[in-house]
Amino acid sequence: MPERPLSPHVWHYRWAYTMTLSILHRLTGLALTLALVGLVLWLAAIGLGPARYVAWLPWLTAWPAMVLYGLAIVALVYHFCNGLRHLAWDVGQGYERRTARTSGWVVVGVAIVAALVCLYFLARHGAGP
Amino acid sequence: MTMRTPLGRVLYHGSAHDGVGHWMVERVTGLALAPLSLWLLVSLLSLPHVDYISASAWVASGWNPVWLSLLVLLSAWHSWLGVQVVVEDYVHGFGAKTGTLLLSTFVHVLLALSGVYAVLRTVFRGVP
Repeated sequence: MPERPLSPHVWHYRWAYTMTLSILHRLTGLALTLALVGLVLWLAAIGLGPARYVAWLPWLTAWPAMVLYGLAIVALVYHFCNGLRHLAWDVGQGYERRTARTSGWVVVGVAIVAALVCLYFLARHGAGP
Repeated sequence: MTMRTPLGRVLYHGSAHDGVGHWMVERVTGLALAPLSLWLLVSLLSLPHVDYISASAWVASGWNPVWLSLLVLLSAWHSWLGVQVVVEDYVHGFGAKTGTLLLSTFVHVLLALSGVYAVLRTVFRGVP
């Protein structure tokens, strides 16, 4: 590969929490790739028919699976909220430093509340029949 | 002294000219996934049971097969583009980078096709 000039590495900049939010967007995106694998496995279990589904069901409802669903929900909710923030930037809105920092806090706040609501319903599911 | 032509020296040092398309598709798939992922989250959390009959009935009911297939296809596309960007940033060396990108491509195509196939199988089996 040709050698090209590189911009200074990220550690040369003074850390700002907006950078943490940006990294979280990538991490939750990668986590959602794994969640997509899970969704396709579930759809495949249904598609393969009742016998296969019944065999897989204990795994799908075991507590480690519930923990993974919880993590997937947190990742989805954050990636969703921050994704909307990215889309606003992409149409040229909210680029001022103050706005970008405020919107960062709003994303974290909304994501925490939404995740808690979803986790409540997930927990109710887990406790149900 | 170099035997390379002026053209040979500049080739592969510029833009590949597909960056804008990549950027745009990542945004458009993301935008389309916003309502779809909300729909999936609300639907799954409000599924009363996860036994075979409830699950297959939900997959096959109404326009759900269309939304589910769209969701799987667009997620796979969006995820493929996103993973590519992360790999290009953090995986170094030609072999490791190319290998990871190839693997990611194969996995994402497999995910997209199996997801749609699984939905179709459920639809055409019919709900017991």
